[in-house]
This record gives sequence, structure tokens and C-alpha cells, in this order.
Amino acid sequence: MREGDQGPVGAQQAGDSIIFSSDKPLRLDSGARIEGLEIAYQTYGALNAERSNAILVCHALTGDQHVAGHHPATGKPGWWRSLVGPGLPLDPERHFILCANVIGGCMGSTGPSSPGPAGAPWGLAFPMITIADMVRAQAMLVEALGIERLFAVIGGSMGGMQALQWAADYPERIFAAVCIAAAARHSAQNIALHEVGRQAIMADPDWLDGDYAARGARPEKGLAVARMAAHITYLSEAALQRKFGRELQRDGLSWGFDADFQVESYLRHQGASFVDRFDANSYLYITRAMDYFDLAGAHGGVLADAFRKARDVRFCVFSFTSDWLYPTTESRAVVRALNAAGARVSFLEIHTDKGHDAFLLDEPVLRAALGGFLESAGEARGLPCPA
Amino acid sequence: MPGVTVREDFREIARLVRPGSRVLDVGCGEGTLLEMLTREKQIDGRGLEISPEGVSACLARGLAVVQGDADRDLDDFLAASFDYVILSQTLQAVLRPRHVLGELLRVGERAIVSLPNFGHWRVRLDLLIHGRMPVTGALAEPWWATPNIHLCTVRDFTGLCEEMDLAIEACAALAAGKPARPINPSRRFETWRAEAALFLLSRRRGEGLARA
Repeated sequence: MREGDQGPVGAQQAGDSIIFSSDKPLRLDSGARIEGLEIAYQTYGALNAERSNAILVCHALTGDQHVAGHHPATGKPGWWRSLVGPGLPLDPERHFILCANVIGGCMGSTGPSSPGPAGAPWGLAFPMITIADMVRAQAMLVEALGIERLFAVIGGSMGGMQALQWAADYPERIFAAVCIAAAARHSAQNIALHEVGRQAIMADPDWLDGDYAARGARPEKGLAVARMAAHITYLSEAALQRKFGRELQRDGLSWGFDADFQVESYLRHQGASFVDRFDANSYLYITRAMDYFDLAGAHGGVLADAFRKARDVRFCVFSFTSDWLYPTTESRAVVRALNAAGARVSFLEIHTDKGHDAFLLDEPVLRAALGGFLESAGEARGLPCPA
Repeated sequence: MPGVTVREDFREIARLVRPGSRVLDVGCGEGTLLEMLTREKQIDGRGLEISPEGVSACLARGLAVVQGDADRDLDDFLAASFDYVILSQTLQAVLRPRHVLGELLRVGERAIVSLPNFGHWRVRLDLLIHGRMPVTGALAEPWWATPNIHLCTVRDFTGLCEEMDLAIEACAALAAGKPARPINPSRRFETWRAEAALFLLSRRRGEGLARA
């Protein structure tokens, strides 16, 4: 798989990613601007001569640009290897697959841990960002790459929100949009769960009002607890029970507060490994961006109005039966709005007990259905068929 | 598709649908009819299908299909957003046929509905002679296995249309392996020989056959 062989002017290879440095400021919904914007991205496959085969993958809250192949730094396989790779629905042999770290993130794009105007890390001086801001930054990158119209924009969870935002803000610049296990707004429950995570981070004495990076500290305990709480929401009750039940770590109980149960040990491990790869302030900023997300609210309360100009976009929406974080009812609301707007929408609810995380796992039904959707859309777009 | 026999009702539906119209196929299965109408009548088609396998197959064919249930999910579509809403051989299997029929004609200007005729002579004879629930070509399963929970005769159906103030613009008798045959559903003896029947319905009463 060729990686990173396409770059716009102002792009340079930096370790495991390509960094795009914008000469224009990024205008934010809050009214603030980010000067010296940098976007870290990764590509797979080659852009064709017509520049018509580009797929933008949008990552989720704690995802990154390393979608497929092996992460050059950690050696870990890409987070969407079940769908991206040779012979898979997103195929680098046919598609030019592009994924950028969201702004506010901590994998190379401008975020709260990037150096601020004074040179020290931004910390809480970093401006608040929204899903629309993330998409606006991506649009700048896509434009710099010389791609007038993406073949598809695809994402799960927060990535699905970005796909919907693309359809609302840049409908003429996308041919198809795929929204998996997402919603058009954050519900009270979504906001509540995020608030627990944020409070855990801010209760950590090492958070230092967000100034930990400049002062050489790390709020690891708080971030780990935030991740543990969030991780439960990515699974289903049935999946947890099937995986762990009441299995113990050792023979017998400790009669104390050690991790007696395997599920405790698993969660502690999830928390501990997360702090090695994620920044606490990024977690605050990105969860806030998700909480602020309300596509209908931004269009007079009528979700269909967000998609009025997206009638020519081919939409495909997926949900999972056991996803209680972004349940099927939320996806159906999106489908209803798209129908009301007269857009071309397909929808499939996939049966699984794996909860929200199913979008990251190897789900044969998702793979087949997404493959079929992309293939027929590719035909309509004039892309070559697979051999 | 050479070599593939197309269901008789599909052929008749394709004859009724105006080229270039907006069509919703409720219970579209793997999208055979939608694909045929797209190819032959250049329709702007959408589908509603309950099985994930069906939706997957439709996606691979490039069709826009939403997973859902005729009983419940027609509510998601806007009023008068289609020229035709098709419900082929399904009305007898839904929980609330009257509600669904009303929904078809809320969402569509016209509805095309086909259903097995429980008044077919063989059904009547079977029941009369054997005293058991008939098993025929159009009604293939025994009573305990059939998905058909609201069987009716052509006369029952025209009666419901009357009650709901729906006009029957056209009606045809369907039989396996034979071309559709136009019939007048209000003439009793014409319905005896229909294994299944197909109706073109609209909300406003026009010069429909129902008045004849």
C-alpha cells in the first residue's frame, strides 16, 4: 500500500504523517480564528487523473489519521482495517483514501497541546471548536489537494457527524456521504456522559487548570477514568456479559479494592493505555464540540433544512441494534430528514450485540452493504469497477 | 435480464407507471422491480424493505432503500412525496392493512396494490369440499406457517376502498404464468377467476371503475 504519496503545496512529511500548513487562517464558529493552522493527514492509494476517486474518512473522538496499514510509529494496525485495504470497500487500489486528524486533536493537527502564539502550549487558551470547524479545516485541506469534489465522505460516530456536516455545508463538493452509528445532534444522555469524563479530567490535581503541559505534568488519572467511563458506553450490556461475566482475575476474591473481576482489569487497562496516546485537553475540546453539535438547531430547528442543498448527494446511513450511545432512533431521524429534503438515502440497521463499537469491528453485513453502496456509487461516478 | 422470468404483477406494474415518475416500492425485496422500473421507465425510485439481506442486495444494485416496516415506517415519508407507492403481495401480511393503505395514499398520489384473492374459485371449492384452509399457488403455505394474517377477497378489498373513499382507476387479474387480464372488480363473476388482483388506486374519486 502506498502511503503519503500525494501532497499539496505547503505539505511536508513529518514522521508518520503529512503536515499541511495553511497560509490562510481558519475561521471558527465561535468567532475566533486560528492562524498558522496545521493539519496532519495520511493517504492511501493514488488520486486518479480526473481527481474523482477521493474518499475522505472522518475519524471518531479518539481516532486518528492512521486508518489502515500499520501505524508507522506504534506498529499497531489502522483503526479501520476491517473496511480499508485491498479488496475491501475502501480500496487503495481504486480509491484515494484520505484521513486527517481533526483540529483540536493531538495527533499532529493544531490543538490545545500545539504551541500557541506565545510559544507555550495553548492549553485552555485554545479557542472552542465545533464539528463544523473540523469540517471547514478538512475542506481547506481537500481544496489544497486540488480535489473539487470528493467521491465520498465516510465516518462512524463523530466521523458520521462530520459526514453529515459536510453534506450540510459543502453538498456540491461531495458525491456520496456515509454516516455510521452517529446522530444529527447530541442527546441529553450523550452530553451527560461526556460531562462525567470532563469532570474526571478536571478533578485530577495534575490537570492544573489545563496548564499541565507547560508545567510538565499530566492528568493521567483523570483521563484514564474518563476513558473507562466512556468505554462502557461503547459496548453493550450483552457484549460485556459475554466477554467477562463475573469471571475473576485470580482464584478467589481479594476482599479489597483490587481489580478482582476481569471486567475491572480490562477497563483499567483501557484507561492506562489511553493516556499514552491521548491528550487530556484534546479530550475536553473534542467532547465539547460533539456536545455542541446540533445540525437541526443550526437550521432553524428543522433537520431537513440542513440537507436542502444536498439532494444530489447519495447518502447511506447505518446503525447497530445494540448501540445505545447513538441508537437507531437517531439514525432514523436523519433518514427521515433526508427523505423530507428529497435526498437519495439508504438506511440499514445492522443486528449485532457489540454495541457502538461495532462500527470499528469486522461486521460482515456492514462490509457487504457498504461495499455494494460504494461500488454502485462508483459506477455512477464513472470509477473503474474492481477486477 | 434475459432468461429471468419477471413476476406477472411486475409486468403489469411497469405498464401502469408513467415514465420518469417518483416511485416508492414498499417491501421491495432485493430490488428486482425497482431496477426494472428504473431501466424501463426511468423512474426516480426508492424502496422500503424489512430484511437486511434485501437492503444489502438493493445497495449493491445502486438503489436507494431504507430498512423498515410497512406497518410503522411509512410515517417517515412526507405526504404526496411520490407519484406511485407500490405494495406488491404484502397488504395481506401487515398488522394494520387499513392503516397501511391509508399511508400509501398519504405518501403517494396513487397506490398500486396487489394481493391474493381469497374469493378465487379454487379457494372457494377447496374450502367447500375439504373444509380446510386452502393451499394454492397464490397461498402456498399451510395456515400455521403463512405470513398472511389478513386475507381478503377482491370484493372485501373493493369494499374497504369504498369505505376509505379511494378510487379504483384500474384493476387486473393475475395468474401464475399468464399475462395480467383487466377486470371489473365490481362484477362478481369476473373476480372468481382471479388468483390474485392488482389495483391502481387514487385518493380522489374520478371516473374509476368503482363507480361503474
